[in-house]
Amino acid sequence: MSGRVLVGVKRVIDYAVKIRVKPDNSCVVTDGVKHSMNPFCEIAVEEAVKMKEKKLIKEVVVVSCGPQQAMETIRTALAMGADRGIHVEVTGKDYENLGPLQVSKIMAALAKKEDALLVILGKQAIDDDCNQTGQMTAALLDWPQGTFASELSMEGDKIKVVREIDGGLETVKINTPAVITADLRLNTPRYATLPNIMKAKKKKIANVKPADLGVDITSRLEVLRVDEPAQREAGVKVETVDDLIARLKEAGRI
Amino acid sequence: MATVGPLARIARLSSSICRNHRLSFNRSTQRRGIASCVDPSHGLTDEQKEFQKMAFDFATNEMAPHMSEWDQKEIFPVETMRKAAQLGFGGIYVQPEVGGSGLSRLDTSIIFEALSTGCVSTTAYISIHNMCAWMIDTFGNNEQRERFCPDLCLMDKFASYCLTEPGSGSDAASLLTTAQLKGDHYIVNGSKAFISGGGDTDVYIVMCRTGGKGPKGISCLVVEKGTPGLSFGKKEKKVGWNSQPTRAVIFEDCAVPVINRLGEEGQGFNMAMRGLNGGRINIASCSLGAAHASVQLARDHLLVRKQFGETLSNNQYLQFKLAEMATKLVASRLMVREAATALQENRSDAVSLCSMAKLFATDECFNICNDALQMHGGYGYLKDYAVQQFVRDIRVHQILEGTNEVMRMIISRNLLTES
Repeated sequence: MSGRVLVGVKRVIDYAVKIRVKPDNSCVVTDGVKHSMNPFCEIAVEEAVKMKEKKLIKEVVVVSCGPQQAMETIRTALAMGADRGIHVEVTGKDYENLGPLQVSKIMAALAKKEDALLVILGKQAIDDDCNQTGQMTAALLDWPQGTFASELSMEGDKIKVVREIDGGLETVKINTPAVITADLRLNTPRYATLPNIMKAKKKKIANVKPADLGVDITSRLEVLRVDEPAQREAGVKVETVDDLIARLKEAGRI
Repeated sequence: MATVGPLARIARLSSSICRNHRLSFNRSTQRRGIASCVDPSHGLTDEQKEFQKMAFDFATNEMAPHMSEWDQKEIFPVETMRKAAQLGFGGIYVQPEVGGSGLSRLDTSIIFEALSTGCVSTTAYISIHNMCAWMIDTFGNNEQRERFCPDLCLMDKFASYCLTEPGSGSDAASLLTTAQLKGDHYIVNGSKAFISGGGDTDVYIVMCRTGGKGPKGISCLVVEKGTPGLSFGKKEKKVGWNSQPTRAVIFEDCAVPVINRLGEEGQGFNMAMRGLNGGRINIASCSLGAAHASVQLARDHLLVRKQFGETLSNNQYLQFKLAEMATKLVASRLMVREAATALQENRSDAVSLCSMAKLFATDECFNICNDALQMHGGYGYLKDYAVQQFVRDIRVHQILEGTNEVMRMIISRNLLTES
């Protein structure tokens, strides 16, 4: 086994930004808006770097799909301790239509090409909240998956994953190679240090196109319309409990 | 099948929507980098943008949530500063071989500007600490550099810069603290005033008189805390800069080893002035950060506060005022960054440009913060709102590291001695 971990990172609109929908309701405004690495992807990078520091794995390769700006996100990951980057160039309309299915095909192809031991992804992206890429990648590779991971430990050639699920915590042991998706409590991502940011300049970022990997990125989905959530309406005060029940029945709530 | 059900599902969904748990909920003081005309990342290299992003993150997560508490309780945030030092902020422009980060003056300005948005007072102290570490790195011999710089860069030890005395502020060259050579020690007598960090710091860079009157009689000694004869006055009560203690530093027959002298006798004043050139850029950068944060706070307030049936942002006077504030901020930033570049390249105009930048940026940024406070109306006067702390904290930037009047002296001297 190569001891190599592939980490996928996505460049998304920064979580602190107030999002606006374009006037033609086609999509969210992204021009001139602050972007940064998806928080769950930060957690994924941190976990991979920690595993390398514990000498459990040998190399952390970070991947991002998108236009030129995706390089910024890769560089941030390199500054956190990843060893090298792969920029999968997807631009224009292709990028607007890029979704989990296409990305998972790319990740699967790269995982095979790089002979990866693990693929670690964030559990979901904060822009589309799909929560699909990790699962689809595992299916395409026919690898086991440990999703919503809040704790990881290597045990020989297996991985023990503690998963956060609706009912509480579930512990599974899966074979490697495997796909892991990182949940909130897996770790606290480190700040890049000034020396690491400078070292990151020297690290390599390879440039590939989806066609080079034999991946077809045509989308099977078409976005019809994007709307803002409905404005919150004023509530109504009632005098008695009977009144409350009557109103709730009227509104069809009970 | 466990049916902890809907509540647990909602809790988990909200935790995933809640994003990064490093986030503090004091979002009111920090809006991470608006992309607009005042975005401080315009014109920077990719690497500088990384430094800046990291410094902004640190300021937002580690400093901004505590800035008010540090001010009101007068806490010197040693742990937070040590965390900053771990990231390389303890000796930003100190050589890497003694533990520094080896970055340029421009990189440094960008970093302090970003950190300042989290807490001006703490960032200003970090900048003073950096200035001291740089002085030892630049003017010390290898033994002194190896003895002091690594600890300073990690902030295992903290430093203070001692030039001002009760009787000599702007007229720094008239300082009276004496250092008499006796064998292999200097016996130091005198007192220094308004020393940032004084009493809580470990290493003191002290300008004192070893020779005759005037600047040529001044030397620079490194005095360590715990040296017999070194004591401190009471902690001053200040309008701002409350997250760093300010005390008088008193020398009574304090014996300092000759090996603690930086450079030769008589070179101290020159070292002090060279340290201050960079110090002035740093202080101006701190003002920039405060002004940037204040412009964002004012902008957010104008978009939310309604009077006369509409948001304040529809009021033309306030729109124009905000535009003026933004313009002055960008103008200040350009001056400071140009001065940083000039200093880095050792240009002939570096000293006057540093003075001009300090003068312009500290004055304009104070006005910006003050205007931002005014835009908040009565709320701006409450300590619950951060804008008043920015105003109080940067007021002193127009006074220290060379008053803005002294800056005018330096600039006019440059103009009038040209023939």
